[in-house]
Amino acid sequence: MKKWLIALMLALPSLALAEDVLDTGDTAWMMISTALVLLMTPAGLALFYGGMTRSKNVLNTYAMVFGAFVVGFIMWIIAGYSIAFGTAESAAVNKVIGGFGNLFLSNIKWTDLSSMGAFPDFVFVVFQGTFAAITVAIASGSVIERIKFSTWLVFVAIWTVAVYAPIVHLVWGGGFLFDEGALDFAGGTVVHMNGGLAGLVLAVLVGKRTGFNKVAMKPMSVMLTALGAAILWFGWYGFNGGSAFGANAIAGLAFLTTTIATAMAAITWMAAEWFIYKKPTLLGLASGAVAGLVAITPAAGFVDVTGAFILGIVGSLFAFWGVTVLKKKLGYDDSLDAFGIHFLAGLFGALATAFLAVKDNDLLWDGPLKESGDRIGQFMVQLESVVVVGLFTLVGTVVVYYIATALTGGARVDEECETMGLDESVHGEKYMNS
Amino acid sequence: MKKIEAIIKPFKLEDVKDALAEIGITGMTVSEVKGYGSQKGHSELYRGAEYVVDFLPKIKMEMIVSGDMVDKVTSTIVETARTGKIGDGKIFVSDIEKIIRIRTGEEDSEAI
Repeated sequence: MKKWLIALMLALPSLALAEDVLDTGDTAWMMISTALVLLMTPAGLALFYGGMTRSKNVLNTYAMVFGAFVVGFIMWIIAGYSIAFGTAESAAVNKVIGGFGNLFLSNIKWTDLSSMGAFPDFVFVVFQGTFAAITVAIASGSVIERIKFSTWLVFVAIWTVAVYAPIVHLVWGGGFLFDEGALDFAGGTVVHMNGGLAGLVLAVLVGKRTGFNKVAMKPMSVMLTALGAAILWFGWYGFNGGSAFGANAIAGLAFLTTTIATAMAAITWMAAEWFIYKKPTLLGLASGAVAGLVAITPAAGFVDVTGAFILGIVGSLFAFWGVTVLKKKLGYDDSLDAFGIHFLAGLFGALATAFLAVKDNDLLWDGPLKESGDRIGQFMVQLESVVVVGLFTLVGTVVVYYIATALTGGARVDEECETMGLDESVHGEKYMNS
Repeated sequence: MKKIEAIIKPFKLEDVKDALAEIGITGMTVSEVKGYGSQKGHSELYRGAEYVVDFLPKIKMEMIVSGDMVDKVTSTIVETARTGKIGDGKIFVSDIEKIIRIRTGEEDSEAI
């Protein structure tokens, strides 16, 4: 009698399900990924944008990005996470938002493990919070040098909860686009198309900078921008690699595709500039790299080497066109090309994923491609998600903008402040003191 | 006593200074200035947006010499600073009424 009892007791631990037990490797990787993505905002994006700003506004640009991170992250904790990843009681409501059951992270215990993998739920909350913060920070680039700092921060607070969080729920959190089988590995649609489009909307609503197209508005330091791009690249390994939700081979695939696409995109932009303008610029190298990072984001864990090459090259060319041709033609002052680079490269990546994703059911998420190899069907789902998210962001951003403007008494600094420079007029600071 | 002001291309500063030292000029004041003449309009490229820049960086050198040194100094500057391309600069010669060396109180030609 005793022998089989002992044997059963010895066998019990191996019967425990993998998801019930914390995996230290996965947890460590997710924590590092979170820190990497964090680095992308107050360091990477802030420098990338700051370096391209005129020196009289450079601290303001940096402050908008830094401020977006801290405000956006707290709003995520307060309500964003609940709306994005909660489960609403009504199934109908849950098709769009996750409800308010986890406001201030209530009903989550520190010992709870994420449903995404063998790591704590709290780590998942922070990881996703860094995504929320960078999405809204992307939009700042479109309205530098003229938006009121107060209006921007209020916009950030509301937009994170009202626009970003529902979109996350739609695509990742169990909403209807997720159910339809939309493929977005790390946020090509959710983060980059979203943030880039919000930027364009703001640029149009706030209006062009005084003297746009007449006065030379030169970047203070392209070196800072290139440094920012390098930090963004570094951090993006957490952005794409961490979206595998484990220290596993899919993360390894994402590492490779991210590197290939980014390097090819940088080379492509440099080649395009060299060919068309006869002078390859460092700003072009940095911009191309970022375009590649954006283009591979929706596809990093779904494509192979060939797919990564294509996404990098074509994504970069599409963004290059958006920045050098489309912007001039349509005349909007998307000052730092949030729309040109984030929206367009993200859009291309999202749609191309339908055709470039490898038909490997160990990689794919549920959807037409995984179920029946139906690439056209998958493309239609990708298109649907792009259109739905696009419309939601468009309308949502307009509404949030007007609320933020009403609450702060106007979105734009007056002309004297704009001419003096926001560093002095808004912050009372200078970027350099001898 | 004459003042010689020379506006030259910045990269020529070291060459001109060394050539002047060889003919006995041992002091000058140098400032970074910007300006344009017929060289106006050079363009810079940022993400495909071309900026036409009117003001170009130049160096202004100022020195005080005795009247008999003027020709030697101006021809030295002209030879060393010339590249043959637009934007080489100009030299202005003017009269100086009085010079005082602060440390010693020496005046005029003793203060050069």
